Amino acid sequence: MPTRASDLLTLTREGLYCPLGGFHVDPTWPVERALITHGHADHARAGHGHVLATPETLRIMAVRYGEDFCRQRQEARLGAALRVGDVTVRYAPAGHVLGSAQIAIERDGVRVVVSGDYKRAPDPTCLPFEVVPCDVFITEATFGLPVFTHPDTRDEVRKLMASVALFPERAHIVGAYALGKAQRVMALLREEGWDRPIHLHGAMEKLTELYKREGIPLGETPKVVAADRKDLHGAIVLCPPSAMQDLWSRKFPDPVTCFASGWMRVRARARQKGVELPLVISDHSDWPDLCRTIRDTGAGEVWVTHGQEDALVHWCGTQGIKAKPLHLLGYGDDGEAEPTPADAPEPEVAA
Amino acid sequence: MNDFAHLLDRLAYEPRRNAKLRMLQDFFARTPDPERGYALGAMTGTLSFREAKPALIRGLVEERIDPVLFRLSHNYVGDLAETTALIWPAPRDLPSPSAGSGLHPAPDEARVPSPARERGHVAPHADRSANLVAPAGGGGDARVGIGHNNPPPHVPTLAEVVETLATIPKRELPQHLAEWLDALDETGRWALLKLVTGNLRVGVSARLAKTAVGALGGHEADAVEEVWHGLTPPFETLFAWVEGRAERPETLNPAPFRPPMLSHPIEEEADLEKLEPEAFSAEWKWDGIRVQLVGGRDRAGAQVAKVYSRTGEDITGAFPDLAEAIGFTGTLDGELLILRERRVQSFNVLQQRLNRKAVTAKLLEEFPAHVRAYDLLTLDGDDLRAEPFATRREKLEALVTRLDHARIDISPLVPFADWEALAAARADPASVGAGEDADAIEGVMLKRLNSPYLPGRPKGPWWKWKREPHIVDAVMMYAQRGHGKRSSFYSDYTFGVWREALEGGDELVPVGKAYHGFTDAELAKLDRYVRNNTTKRFGPVREVAHGLEAGLVLEIAFEGVQRSTRHKSGVAMRFPRVSRIRWDKPPAEADRIDVLERILARGEREIAPGATLTETDA
Repeated sequence: MPTRASDLLTLTREGLYCPLGGFHVDPTWPVERALITHGHADHARAGHGHVLATPETLRIMAVRYGEDFCRQRQEARLGAALRVGDVTVRYAPAGHVLGSAQIAIERDGVRVVVSGDYKRAPDPTCLPFEVVPCDVFITEATFGLPVFTHPDTRDEVRKLMASVALFPERAHIVGAYALGKAQRVMALLREEGWDRPIHLHGAMEKLTELYKREGIPLGETPKVVAADRKDLHGAIVLCPPSAMQDLWSRKFPDPVTCFASGWMRVRARARQKGVELPLVISDHSDWPDLCRTIRDTGAGEVWVTHGQEDALVHWCGTQGIKAKPLHLLGYGDDGEAEPTPADAPEPEVAA
Repeated sequence: MNDFAHLLDRLAYEPRRNAKLRMLQDFFARTPDPERGYALGAMTGTLSFREAKPALIRGLVEERIDPVLFRLSHNYVGDLAETTALIWPAPRDLPSPSAGSGLHPAPDEARVPSPARERGHVAPHADRSANLVAPAGGGGDARVGIGHNNPPPHVPTLAEVVETLATIPKRELPQHLAEWLDALDETGRWALLKLVTGNLRVGVSARLAKTAVGALGGHEADAVEEVWHGLTPPFETLFAWVEGRAERPETLNPAPFRPPMLSHPIEEEADLEKLEPEAFSAEWKWDGIRVQLVGGRDRAGAQVAKVYSRTGEDITGAFPDLAEAIGFTGTLDGELLILRERRVQSFNVLQQRLNRKAVTAKLLEEFPAHVRAYDLLTLDGDDLRAEPFATRREKLEALVTRLDHARIDISPLVPFADWEALAAARADPASVGAGEDADAIEGVMLKRLNSPYLPGRPKGPWWKWKREPHIVDAVMMYAQRGHGKRSSFYSDYTFGVWREALEGGDELVPVGKAYHGFTDAELAKLDRYVRNNTTKRFGPVREVAHGLEAGLVLEIAFEGVQRSTRHKSGVAMRFPRVSRIRWDKPPAEADRIDVLERILARGEREIAPGATLTETDA
């Protein structure tokens, strides 16, 4: 009997599961064998038995959860074919954050690709997305509505720098997801010629150090010392979104609240968060790139894991591509669902 | 107009006045005429042109986007103009601005062997332009064009948009709109759509925009106000004057607005100790809206009559009954009130006359407008503002007597010998001749007899001494973060009072929201209280523990109560603020809704239209 896509991938309580390979992909519960696409906390959880991921993702997990985040870890080299159970798996870059990968699962010429979170826009901090032709493409749809067309990130960073020029006495507090987004913003700032220090909230320090160790130049990134906050006139300060409006941000000189996220494209979202300078910088694909990628893979069938599934499924229908929503729970949306260390108990957490 | 759009965008997110001012100044200083003048017109609501209906815009989008995708998007975003701005497909066949600007390789691309390269991975920016050629985002439009020969669309200036809209016939509107939408960026599209649908809410007052213009040449906003009403967009003579390139523009308006003089509050009786009673004149402070009646003659000698709000807005159209009464040449400062059977009605009644789109005969009859005259700024071509109040008052009394018009009367003086006497009058206006109108009195005004009429709020010559506010003890129920400097503080509090629950027992019902009245130190304490006593979260709002056992009592001061269909309790307070924080008081001892109902009943004793003087005490 020929292999069917459902033999390669199905849905369980823990998330996507490969029956022939005996493993889960990005499970939201601890499992015996997990293949992880990237290091964001909603995809990479601690407590699995065996974890297969790119070397960068494994190192990110070790930084976040400690060296003992799983019983046994195995490095997946990009492009290399690996036998897992009765299937062959291959990792390919996803362009989302450092170490992020898509996972192709194959047997008897049938190939399913789990793309994880991905983007096609340029990012100086990770490898670009690679198109992997496949029969079934599993995609996210975080920004799966045609209103989401992400602008050129360079213009967004210039907007931030122009604001610093207009308000040189005010600190600019930029909320950014601690893994990936923050480092991308730093790298973009450097590309645009910002050569002053970029100040960091304590929660970003370790991952930023990791990025630097991985060979990504981010320049001088001192940690904000609590006592010095009041003197940071005209500084650019990066912090996790949860700290933007919390006690921590209070001591800066007349702060301008900025937020780097794809959601900033929609005014109501920005206003709800009390953002004064929205920066539309996303690590996810925008609508045109979701559509383009589906077409590029040549997939005859598309499964949509999370996000705005309806519109993307509808669009696939108009293109003659079979599509279904999986309604996977537990995956976040561009950083907002990241479990936060803050709304910290008082007195404020160390910054 | 992209530049103007980006200014609007930034202003919309900025809560701080001074920061807005800086953005405006920066824009006016670097933007040439007539663009900045039309921008000023857009921000002060002085542009007029053909507006577009939402259906027209929806139609334009649906020619380009799958209607299902558009509907899903509209549902998500919520705002038609914003959805359209975001979803509008980029014109095809055109290289994107970033295309061809070179590769944007990841720094580690060379370091790690990448299978992408073997498979002919295209550089990301080139990808982007390829994407424009092969329409992925258009949602099904099949017109794929290859070839980059077309010139880039012409990005319209705001001036072009405004001038075109003012002149084109209606049938040409869709085509122009589509071309502009093609050429503008997403923020530009948003601003354009808001502008053409008449929904441009800028987040700055006309006053602030004028302040920014004045600041270009070191002029106060009042100096701009003085010349404002003779001018029209694009205000080239105004900019030339503030920048010192031309004389002050001569106002051609025979009945111009003049910025009013405002007062400072007397916070407590101790403030009075420093003032000498014999140097002041007192009158009632009426609870209406401050207006200016201006009469003049145009070049042809015809009478021109204008009614202006306190901020200089021309409201003549809404008050034809008042305009008719302006049979003089001069500028009269007064309070707009509704009088029925010669009795001043409450602010509740006045509100029913305000903000009406159509001024019908029925409205004029049921809500007759009236002005109680406070001051006289000019008369028969003479500027009286430098003269002392006492002199102006004499001329005002003479004018009102001469006019002998039922819609204009004089604000009576309140006699007093010393501060104690005035305090007594303030506490009980009816006892010193206010009679039936006492309920419409907000307090007393003190004017230094020798004070000139100075625009703005000079400290010293004029004081307002409001009546004691109403007080209620309420329980904090919800808290929300503030804006700007307060964005990390829970500073907006929804509070409630007790009432009988349908299912028996007592429940707290929200009656209002207050966000000032406390010091910074108190705010820090309140903020900590909210954080430590949160029971639920709804986005930016926190529910705070409230009930018979747990809860914080806030003493709320307010000016009055109105009926409200928007509030669950059916009542809404005017100007509520926290007057004291009752850390000591158990929540069970907070006030009941009855307290508010009683105040409401008193305020509703006004005369119903057409009714007689028989009073029913509700």
